[in-house]
Amino acid sequence: MDKNHISHQFDNELENLRNQVFAMGGLVEQQIRDAVAALTEGDTELAETVIRNDHKVNRMEVEIDEECTHVIARRQPAASDLRLIVAVIKTITDLERMGDQAEKVARMGRGLANMERPRSGYFEIQTLGEHVQTMTHEALDAFVRMDVDAAIKVAKKDLKVDQEYEGIMRQLMTFMMEDPRTIKRVLDVMWAARALERIGDHAKNICEYIVYLVEGKDVRHISMEKMEEKVRGS
Amino acid sequence: MSDNRTLSHGVDMSALKRDSNDKPKDEESTLIEVRDLKLFYGEKQALNGINLPIPRQRVTAFIGPSGCGKSTLLRCFNRMNDLVDGVRIEGKIMLAGKNIYDRNVEVSDLRRRVGMVFQKPNPFPKSIYENVAYGLRIQGINDRRLIDEIVEKSLRGAALWDEVKDRLHDNAFGLSGGQQQRLVIARAIAIEPEVLLLDEPASALDPISTLKIEELIYELKSKYTIVIVTHNMQQAARVSDYTAFMYMGDLIELADTDTLFTNPGKKQTEDYITGRYG
Repeated sequence: MDKNHISHQFDNELENLRNQVFAMGGLVEQQIRDAVAALTEGDTELAETVIRNDHKVNRMEVEIDEECTHVIARRQPAASDLRLIVAVIKTITDLERMGDQAEKVARMGRGLANMERPRSGYFEIQTLGEHVQTMTHEALDAFVRMDVDAAIKVAKKDLKVDQEYEGIMRQLMTFMMEDPRTIKRVLDVMWAARALERIGDHAKNICEYIVYLVEGKDVRHISMEKMEEKVRGS
Repeated sequence: MSDNRTLSHGVDMSALKRDSNDKPKDEESTLIEVRDLKLFYGEKQALNGINLPIPRQRVTAFIGPSGCGKSTLLRCFNRMNDLVDGVRIEGKIMLAGKNIYDRNVEVSDLRRRVGMVFQKPNPFPKSIYENVAYGLRIQGINDRRLIDEIVEKSLRGAALWDEVKDRLHDNAFGLSGGQQQRLVIARAIAIEPEVLLLDEPASALDPISTLKIEELIYELKSKYTIVIVTHNMQQAARVSDYTAFMYMGDLIELADTDTLFTNPGKKQTEDYITGRYG
């Protein structure tokens, strides 16, 4: 897509869409970062801010969706232009859900702030949060650069996130068994961990849309090996 | 805790994609085979060795910028280019296994098998009825009842019958442009050709008439093999099963239409269908 359209206005519209996705992604990244910080630092004010800001993410989704509809109606995009629109519509759906998950983490954080803090200081949530935040950032970066190799690398990280999540679950369960008084608190932590794990899944989805956008190949619902095979087999 | 919003991903859409009007792919056979076709207008070469299969009872669209050779190629299928001064043709076009450029091929017989519809509707200055009956009379058919029958069948086939059945003997020029074009299609199918060549059949029509022609094309392909040239890419995307992109006398890419318009294999095709500088 190195050449410009004969219609400059169409170029502008697509460029504008890409920028809006990036802006929405930036906001979601910020939400994840703040939600994790609010939880691990017991900062209720920051948690409130995250909860309040979720509507901004939602609004951006609606706006970008609308713009995509306009481009389809007016331009009847084909080939890579069409794939870009489809990828954008799908990507913002995942971004919006990532925003919802960040809000969930913030809500858990708000509740946990009033409870006794464990000695570890929610270290596990901090680490998992950093990992999915990096995944999100790199997925968006790959989207903007239309970099399939980078997208595959990021998608692979989701396996690690899933394993990390499993580990956290096991650990939290032993806490609950050791001391049933912690159950209420630990359940909240579990919900937060689950929300972060879901963010990783959504970031992986975005990576799949990047492969579709660039290569025109659908790599959803297949193993990482098959995904790489499909991409290399071009 | 599954996220039920993602469940719909599991549906296999390919099963829903085509309706009953389409035969499954394995029943597909090639009716026309273009082999290394070269065409020269005097010194200038307009087709640079085209190789292309045209599948039976499918719609194949030719797209490409003006002067790319798509109309020239279309006109080769019923030897319309024979009438143009200074045209030289090399290569073969096999129609059902026989080269239409062989010496012993009767051109009038070929044109009966390969009908053509042009950009501007060209009814004869006769009644609606006589326009459709014309080809039959030329073939020596005089049985009034048989002609009545074929005229009605053809007009129905061209989705025009209901609009003209009460004024069959009115002059064809009284019809609207879209109706005239469907009349011309009725005239073409009255003699039951195997192939219909459509050269920009809707470019002179309003959007509603255009959609009627497109709907008609869809219905006609259950009986005929259709080759259409169109400047309107969306039209090619809507009506065709296969699309061939041509550029400067070369066939750049031939693919099934879904693939060509979502994920073309060649950069030149991509640039053309997305409207980028060539």
